[in-house]
Amino acid sequence: MKICVLVKEVPDAAVEKRLDPSTGRMDRSGEKNLNPYDTHAIEAAMQIREGGAAPVEEIVAVTMGPESAVRALHKAVSLGADRSIHLSDPVLAGSDVAATGYALAKTLETESPDLVLLGQQSDDGECYTIGAVVADHLGMPSLTQVIKMDVADGGLRCERQAEYGYDTVQVEMPAVISVGDAINEPRYPSLKAIMGAKKKPLQSMAAADAGIDTGKVGGDNSAAHWTAAKAPPAKAAGEIIEDEDTGETVEKILAWLDERKLI
Amino acid sequence: MANILVYALHYEGAFNKNSLGAVSEAAKLAGEIGGEAHAIVLGENVPRDLAATLGRYGAKKVLVAEGPEGLAQPLVDAMAKAIADGGYSYALFGGGLLGFEIGAGLAARLGAGVVMEVTAVRAEGGKLIAERPILGDSAISEIEYRSPVGIVIGRLNAFEIRETGDADAAVEDLSFELSPQATRAKMLIRGEQRGADVDIEGADILIAGGRGLGKAEGFKLAEDLAAAFGSNAAVAATRAVVDAGWYPYAAQIGQTGKTVAPKLYLAAGISGAIQHKVGMQGSENIVAINKDANAPIFEFSDLGVVGDLNKILPKLTDAVKAKKAG
Repeated sequence: MKICVLVKEVPDAAVEKRLDPSTGRMDRSGEKNLNPYDTHAIEAAMQIREGGAAPVEEIVAVTMGPESAVRALHKAVSLGADRSIHLSDPVLAGSDVAATGYALAKTLETESPDLVLLGQQSDDGECYTIGAVVADHLGMPSLTQVIKMDVADGGLRCERQAEYGYDTVQVEMPAVISVGDAINEPRYPSLKAIMGAKKKPLQSMAAADAGIDTGKVGGDNSAAHWTAAKAPPAKAAGEIIEDEDTGETVEKILAWLDERKLI
Repeated sequence: MANILVYALHYEGAFNKNSLGAVSEAAKLAGEIGGEAHAIVLGENVPRDLAATLGRYGAKKVLVAEGPEGLAQPLVDAMAKAIADGGYSYALFGGGLLGFEIGAGLAARLGAGVVMEVTAVRAEGGKLIAERPILGDSAISEIEYRSPVGIVIGRLNAFEIRETGDADAAVEDLSFELSPQATRAKMLIRGEQRGADVDIEGADILIAGGRGLGKAEGFKLAEDLAAAFGSNAAVAATRAVVDAGWYPYAAQIGQTGKTVAPKLYLAAGISGAIQHKVGMQGSENIVAINKDANAPIFEFSDLGVVGDLNKILPKLTDAVKAKKAG
């Protein structure tokens, strides 16, 4: 089977994120890393391949984003993807979740994957949702936040935690599955894999190459329109203790608790 | 007409609290934009009298659809049908996993604008504007909809439950067809409880453990501290460690776990992700111990301790014991 893994470039966790005051959108200029949740999706693809329950011919990493997003694809390939696709076009800039999902679905259609995997959330923005958007456009069954996935009975047996406990769901393929970070421990890429990543095939696509209707994408055509941003209500900063002498620290904690009659 | 359609999740004869909050919120907002709040319930033989009780929270009408429970795609089909039949300007979801999935699928189906993690909604000029915190809650974005239907997915506990209605809602059957994709996923086991059944909602003091405890055995430190506080204290856990099998599901705080508001919430080795924060931010006093000075939890704790749990917790346990004894 063919597995496509959706990946995303996100701001490095160590870099302070900010808004562009002129647009109210996130300033993505400092972006520079593969979304950490996506590494679990790539690892899940690798484990299906290595598990042998179903032959995996190809693992393809797919992203949408500006020129810099190539780095996320290189990382994805170093972690095990065979090749990658970079959807990049100025008309896509400012797309909301629905428009982004549509554009990614059109790109995936050109590959006809048996399984689309992605991380359950991106570090910076759209929580949990992109997988369900992509799935509806592709007409595929979908499940998010999956923490266990096995090839079984010609499909996938997936487990996840939902509102009332753990659910086990049998999903037929082709399917779109977003995985939670408890599903596996992603491997570290070998030096050889990192060096070789840039030599693996990388296909660049523009919106037209994927058959994307440009009237449905981009900031101006996105139905959720970000109008303004404001500061949250101020909350008094808490007291901070740096533990140098643990005996002293514990005394301070105890005094703090005692003052509030919590012991 | 500017009606609002709300998804109401039910399980074993009761509605989800976040769904009741969403119905209450929709009733209030619909009044402000000149429409009605209607709810939709999907399941196998949903009791009509259960559906009608949503009238107490302000729903004027409840649509009951027959279909497989616990999965999102059948609801995308049912809600898309209800919206195609006419009259709805917005679809609203309370916080929770299914709401995210249904709302996103519906946005794709309808080409509609969707905003998730919404903490507040207001009516302005007959339209709704959603507020969503971003960038680790350091800013709040305001979003308006430019599509015929706008989709609002609330954050956990964002919408207050209000019993404003005094009558049962009218109940109507909704007939719809399942899409092919909705027939290709089957629930095998639903709502499986893993681990011991523990009560964390009744405790005055919660010692909550996260990944920073290092391993399942690390919870011993949290349990010892809880025991030192006495019988009004219990141990809670984050989703990450519950999924990893370190602690029972019944002790889990947050998005797909429990919401708590104890007098003291002591977070040990918890970074403070939004999904955890939404389940405990109502706590009266929040103390966090974490070795990472940059952990988000320090931004909303009343007392933050930067240091090694393995050194601090045992000494704190001894000190609490001594204080209790003295």
